[in-house]
Amino acid sequence: MKKRLLEKHKLLETNVVLLCVLILITVSIGGLVQIVPLFTIEGTIEKVEGMRPYSPLELAGGNIYIREGCYLCHSQMIRPFRDEYERYGHYSLAAESMYDHPFQWGSKRTGPDLARVGGKYSNEWHAVHLIDPRSVVPESIMPPYAFLARKDLAFDDAAEHLRTLRVVGVPYTDAQIGKAAEDLKTQAVGDEDKAEELLARYPKAPLGDFDGDPSRITELDALIAYLQMRGNLVDFTAFDPESARR
Amino acid sequence: MNQGIMAAGAVGGAQDAAAYNEDIVKKFTIAAVIWALVGFLAGILIAFQLVFPALNFDLEWTTFGRLRPVHTSAVVFAFGGNILIGTSFYIVQRTCRAPLFGGPGLANFIFWGYQAFIVLAASGYVLGVTQSKEYAEPEWYADLWLTVIWVLYLIVYVGTIVKRREPHIYVANWFYLAFIITIAMLHIGNNIAVPVSLFGTKSYIASAGVRDAMIQWWYGHNAVGFFLTAGFLGMMYYFIPKQAERPVYSYRLSIIHFWALIFLYVWAGPHHLHYTALPDWAQTLGMTFSVMLWVPSWGGMINGFMTLSGAWDKLRTDPVLRFLVTSVAFYGMSTFEGPVMAIKAVNSLSHYTDWTIGHVHAGALGWNAFISFGALYFLVPRLWKRERLYSIRLVTLHFWVATLGVVLYIVSMWISGIMQGLMWRAYDELGFLQYSFIETVEAMRPYYAIRGVGGVLFIAGAVIMVYNLWRTVKGDIREEAAYELAPHAPAPHEVEKTPS
Repeated sequence: MKKRLLEKHKLLETNVVLLCVLILITVSIGGLVQIVPLFTIEGTIEKVEGMRPYSPLELAGGNIYIREGCYLCHSQMIRPFRDEYERYGHYSLAAESMYDHPFQWGSKRTGPDLARVGGKYSNEWHAVHLIDPRSVVPESIMPPYAFLARKDLAFDDAAEHLRTLRVVGVPYTDAQIGKAAEDLKTQAVGDEDKAEELLARYPKAPLGDFDGDPSRITELDALIAYLQMRGNLVDFTAFDPESARR
Repeated sequence: MNQGIMAAGAVGGAQDAAAYNEDIVKKFTIAAVIWALVGFLAGILIAFQLVFPALNFDLEWTTFGRLRPVHTSAVVFAFGGNILIGTSFYIVQRTCRAPLFGGPGLANFIFWGYQAFIVLAASGYVLGVTQSKEYAEPEWYADLWLTVIWVLYLIVYVGTIVKRREPHIYVANWFYLAFIITIAMLHIGNNIAVPVSLFGTKSYIASAGVRDAMIQWWYGHNAVGFFLTAGFLGMMYYFIPKQAERPVYSYRLSIIHFWALIFLYVWAGPHHLHYTALPDWAQTLGMTFSVMLWVPSWGGMINGFMTLSGAWDKLRTDPVLRFLVTSVAFYGMSTFEGPVMAIKAVNSLSHYTDWTIGHVHAGALGWNAFISFGALYFLVPRLWKRERLYSIRLVTLHFWVATLGVVLYIVSMWISGIMQGLMWRAYDELGFLQYSFIETVEAMRPYYAIRGVGGVLFIAGAVIMVYNLWRTVKGDIREEAAYELAPHAPAPHEVEKTPS
């Protein structure tokens, strides 16, 4: 039997097309079994209260987070262990990254997890820390990001970003897309008059002049807005793991 | 008989050599050496940035976050990719006794197209253009370009095999084929994205959250499994038998471990996502297959090692063979460490720490780089038609300097990784977390410094190699004492037979 199988292998060793096809089949199986069910099994993404797509300013901040490679040193995925609960908070749910294209779970904690950093520090602390990390945390090894405070945020194409995300499945409404640039300004300036409208579209969005410079909207504004809403959307007082998985 | 086939496949007739396209192999060889230095230098810079943050230079283009992908892409895809494509073109022509399909024009297009991809990718990182998917950071335009180049590469490779004048396809080519086909599948599957504008660099990846995480590590782990393993096993199956002048140990083992390896590897991705929001069933599958993967991995290691049966003494006199064989030892070590780290209980400690970084480098430095160095020392005198390397003794020096560098690297990362993992979960007697996060960062500092020193040694070894290869190309031969064979110690049965 074994011998015959090895004899048959000669067929593959003399027919390159057959060999290629069999290789492709062999390497396809694992991925299909592990990936496809994540799109079909209900409960893979928990049903929770409070998740919403990113506001235009938060999205711009998230894109700066990606651009600067923050994910290389900071995870956004709290594991269900006692020490992580005490250090970072409730374990992360799949639902909490359901609008992250791509995901930002990370793989390394050279710095701490940021999945629930929102609201832990003041805007001012974040601004000072990002501009010069060692001025507030002397032992820190984080690079300084002072240039973010110097650069104006480019947001002419804010609506285009939302529209592209709608193509890949994020449920932005026409109103959200139409008002993208305006909403971005409202949130970054902390415009009280228009706040109600913004919060109706993006509940719990943090408002304010984030970088301490009210005269302009900088990349630092956007990044801090993103950081300040990390992990704050899902209402965990109403969260029940059993029913969420159904 | 079977072993006879394998040996014949590895030899290739001298009369065909004139028709082979060796110029393209030279080009890939030179590119591999240059990118190796770039990649190692970038690695050393970011390693020391973690010790001395001032090395970020307060510039947006030189932060750790932007340079880390430069390092990983330069070593994996630029150094590794060039050595893989170059050796595959060298090997496929000889083991098929056929010149490259498509002629020199197509081969040159693949060469320059691949270098263009590397430059497109790396320049993007420095300017902040990235998808933020580890080892798949290039944005949509670079991804599309690579897809074109890769398909052409597959066509040339398969075309050459079709034209072969050997009845059998040699085992090294199975591994290269699996590498080319699977990387194509992974690259396309992981990079499906919609650009915001056709005139801009930014795109949004098609999947989100947990699904994207699974797709990313299906890709990420198999970039290791097929780029850094299957392809390099193809190198092992050619260069070790050639350098040792012995046939591959077991034909049967090569068949079994080939199919088992490529089947099992693809399932191992979820071990990068233990205890995350990925469903438990997927994590369990990932852990189980990762542990099973140990067996075919060691099947390959055994086949490499045992090829030296009857030729072990050559390790004393041939430092090139020593590079090749040591690389297989590191392969064996990291493919044992990997399954251990894929066990959930171990992973709960090791994940997010430097242990992972150390593990990767045991494979990347000890296995991938060492076997590449061996291949370069093998190829350069042959490609440039030189009698031998400029200096054999400098190869030995390179070997020991590099080995010391790897050992410093791995050991420091074991210590820092395990220590940080333990510090994160340490409680004091009152039931509070014992350490703040920043205290664990501070504790890593000496180990980051030692790691950096290990990296400096590793690049010092590479510089010795570049010098040696350069002098070889120039046609110089260093006057040095040759390694002498150890005096023959007769085996017991020989002693009995010897008439006194």
